[in-house]
Amino acid sequence: MATRQRPTQWLPHFILVVGVASFAFPIYLALIGSTHDAGIIARGEMPLVPGPHGLDNYWQAWTRGSAERVKSIPVQALMFNSLVMALGITFGKIAISVISAYAVAFFVFPLRMFFFWMIFITLMLPVEVRIIPTYKVVADLGMVDSFTGLIIPLIASATATLLFRQVFLTIPDELVEAAKIDGAGALRFFWSVVIPLSRTNIAALFVILFIYGWNQYLWPLLITSSRSMETIVIGIVKMIGTGDAQTDWQIIMATTILAMLPPVAVILFMQRWFVKGLIEAEK
Amino acid sequence: MRRRAIFHNKVLPYLLLAPQVAVTLVFFLWPAGQAIYQSVLLQDPFGLRTQFVWLENFRVVLTDPLYLGSVRVTLIFSTAVTALSMGAALLFAVVADMRIRGATTYKTLLTWPYAVAPAVAASLWLFIFHPSIGLLGRRLRYLGIAWDYKLNGNQALLLVILAASWKQVSYNFLFFLAGLQAIPPSVIEAASLDTGPARRFWSIAFPLISPTTFFLLVVNVVYAFFDTFGVIHALTGGGPGKATETLIYKVYTDGVINLDLGGSSAQSMILMLVVVTLTAIQFRYIERKVHY
Repeated sequence: MATRQRPTQWLPHFILVVGVASFAFPIYLALIGSTHDAGIIARGEMPLVPGPHGLDNYWQAWTRGSAERVKSIPVQALMFNSLVMALGITFGKIAISVISAYAVAFFVFPLRMFFFWMIFITLMLPVEVRIIPTYKVVADLGMVDSFTGLIIPLIASATATLLFRQVFLTIPDELVEAAKIDGAGALRFFWSVVIPLSRTNIAALFVILFIYGWNQYLWPLLITSSRSMETIVIGIVKMIGTGDAQTDWQIIMATTILAMLPPVAVILFMQRWFVKGLIEAEK
Repeated sequence: MRRRAIFHNKVLPYLLLAPQVAVTLVFFLWPAGQAIYQSVLLQDPFGLRTQFVWLENFRVVLTDPLYLGSVRVTLIFSTAVTALSMGAALLFAVVADMRIRGATTYKTLLTWPYAVAPAVAASLWLFIFHPSIGLLGRRLRYLGIAWDYKLNGNQALLLVILAASWKQVSYNFLFFLAGLQAIPPSVIEAASLDTGPARRFWSIAFPLISPTTFFLLVVNVVYAFFDTFGVIHALTGGGPGKATETLIYKVYTDGVINLDLGGSSAQSMILMLVVVTLTAIQFRYIERKVHY
């Protein structure tokens, strides 16, 4: 690293500041928008400094939702739905992937490669390309408009299985031999060696999957039929509706900020694992 | 790499695989099979009559000017999103890889948009570019540009491209940065003896991160194809007209809104072929890279 030449100092800073600013600007505007009243936004007179209505707007969004709608769902309910879905998907995916990767990496058994390819092939079947038939299966199982319907169909994960398989392949054979000599069986080895060794990978995957789960769009759009089951992301888009000037923009912006908080917080507080998780998924 | 030390158990591996395989069978393979089956059937919207029509649905889809228009939109959209988000990310990564003060802070501040949902990104961009209430939307109109993405198809396409790319830069940035930082310092050291920084980047660093670039190329195309539904649904709803109707959006409208099951399934099949091709290329390439 020390040999990397010291460049002209201002240009890199300038480029990075432009980058940071172009990322932050939309958020800044949303923050400002969430502190003004509907009138000033609708007239297009919103200043670039915070207004006096911030607390009112957030309180209204949190407890009642958008006032304009006949029947609006409070943001706290939408956030709760999103949280349950995101955590369900995250833990579900990690749990079933880690055990299936363990089976594929540490056992030799008939049809091993068949199952491996069967899991792998799910990479090629994103929900977006099989919308109708998947919806029909979920409907036939009576899972429409429920958390199980939101979560279970999304927890199969080829990516997570492949990631854990790669991690497991780096566990040296000697360690397995040593464990076997000490009389540890497959399950004991799994709990006492493999899981502790993969702790950081699990943390890393947690970050990525939580964001994946929280940000789901098409699937909840299909599966939720009652407004009370909607997730926060769907809720925002429903609030925008036709998106004319009379929309309650200050409430939408407050909701937008609230919707970003959990995933952004997870990234910021778990930055190290997040980067590790993303990069390792590549290897 | 093949493991020599393994466990022997007749039942356990199957039990470990069971949950994953069950979900895969019920929610992936069975629906995919149904999609194949329906793609060769013609069904009225109420499901009362069904007729086997061979590849008729595919013929109808592939000769439909609306479908071909949607192919065009998808190609423009995914090329633009990929180029824009990868280009910006590479620039930021190269700069952040230099030894400058506050590099870690910059990195954190360039990372977080990854966490923003596509539809939420759409909401943010709508607030900026709305023709009557948006800060920049109003400014454009004030400058005499007839900015209204609800009427002008090109402007709508531009807006969804910007919103979709904005969200994706962070992801690409992290990969490019990791790729650049993985180059052994000795290589850079050797190169810096007889080349300038620009030359060093294009003839040393850029070729060395080509696996990353290639990987990101595939990931970004997949992202633009499949994960941007939320952006489009929230911003333009595929409109105005069909100006922002990508292939995935058309599967949704034809299947869920218009209830054309055969046509929608045929389109699903075509998209599956696209994913299969992309994934196969990517996986072959990466496997080879990792295992040498």
